[in-house]
Amino acid sequence: MSANCEIEFTLNGVRRRLTVPAQMSTLEMLRERLGLRGTKYACGEGECGACTILVDGATQNSCLMFAADCDGRDLVTVEGVAASGLGERLRDAFVANGAVQCGFCTPGLMVQASHLIEQHPGADEATIRRGIEGNLCRCTGYRKIIDAIHEAAKAKAHE
Amino acid sequence: MNPIESYRAPRSLDEAAEILRTGNVTVLAGGTDVMPQANAGRLRLQPVLMNVRRVAELGGIAEEAGVVRIGALTTMTELLASALVRERIGLLWQACDHFASDQIRNAATLGGNVCNASPAGDTLVPLLALEARALLASKPDGRLEMRRVPLEQFFTGPGRTARKASELLAAIEIPLPPEGFAGEFYKHGARPALDIATISIAAGARREAGVLRGVRVAFGAVAPTPMRARRTEAALEGRAPDAATLEAAAAAAEAEIHPISDVRASDWYRRELVRNMLKRAMSHVGKL
Repeated sequence: MSANCEIEFTLNGVRRRLTVPAQMSTLEMLRERLGLRGTKYACGEGECGACTILVDGATQNSCLMFAADCDGRDLVTVEGVAASGLGERLRDAFVANGAVQCGFCTPGLMVQASHLIEQHPGADEATIRRGIEGNLCRCTGYRKIIDAIHEAAKAKAHE
Repeated sequence: MNPIESYRAPRSLDEAAEILRTGNVTVLAGGTDVMPQANAGRLRLQPVLMNVRRVAELGGIAEEAGVVRIGALTTMTELLASALVRERIGLLWQACDHFASDQIRNAATLGGNVCNASPAGDTLVPLLALEARALLASKPDGRLEMRRVPLEQFFTGPGRTARKASELLAAIEIPLPPEGFAGEFYKHGARPALDIATISIAAGARREAGVLRGVRVAFGAVAPTPMRARRTEAALEGRAPDAATLEAAAAAAEAEIHPISDVRASDWYRRELVRNMLKRAMSHVGKL
């Protein structure tokens, strides 16, 4: 019999209260319990970044985080990022630059790129390459993704 | 993942040590090792999962009387943001800069990397070269006690340490290196990010009147534990970092490492890497 945990946290600005099994991952909680399917399950071991979310303002792989550890924390998923001004700008830049092919890595990249731009407004290409090291894309070859993030970063710097 | 019978999230070191004293506990911090290892069946979780992330005493980076104390919960991102770490114990800072990805650096803790005790653990090699100590907390007879173990004696095998099941790693203590000490960390992997080291090297020394003094060398991924390379150090100590000295150091290094062949590299390739990259790192140190 596995233990359950009562947790309370903020998710995309809304207070949530939940009981979760102790061994559940944050990714599973988001997708299966809360129906937020934007955050993707791919490698399940922190290599690919498809499950990237913001936790207390910094990105983490939600597949590596126990749901119980969400207690008291502030979570933002791609759904929350997409609703922000920067999220809209990133989405437009991804579309304009053709940075989406199969689309599976896109939510993780959107979240990581938003964190990167918040940390380094006007980030140059080297900073962007370094910032998205933890996100794998098997379609685009990254060029168009880097261009899209660069465009959004430049726009943010001129705000 | 096997079932967890009880989940605990203590708020003080005393409470955490008490939980450890009374049961079979898996300690959880950043989760970046515990979660994938438990999912893959490489780690069998104990009945109690104890999340120590809310224990305030386990955080913070501070220097006092020539010793830097780094709380076990300090993340790689926090280490990278610390001017004290960057300027005074740069070898550790360089290793954090080569650590995994941004997402993992934001979650992974120094204490977790040390307790995971991988022979290839990125921070372990500079910590050995920096002569770091593990500060372990426990409550053997109802009172909180601390013991210090030099990291050179802490790693006892792959994934095994001198930490007892009733002990919690509270902090890493690093004596500040002497004035003029310069060090270089080198990690070889197939790509810059998210790779387990094929080999890693932390090398440092002072340069006095053209010769190397206080030489410290440590290697990762070439033995069952990360290792301090005493014979390599002896080959360099008191000598000018010229070609003959570097060649002698490379030969000494090759004689004291015990690399294996695995999916990342053959033992032959690891030996070549250690020989050549040690020479490169020490020639850089000699010029710093």
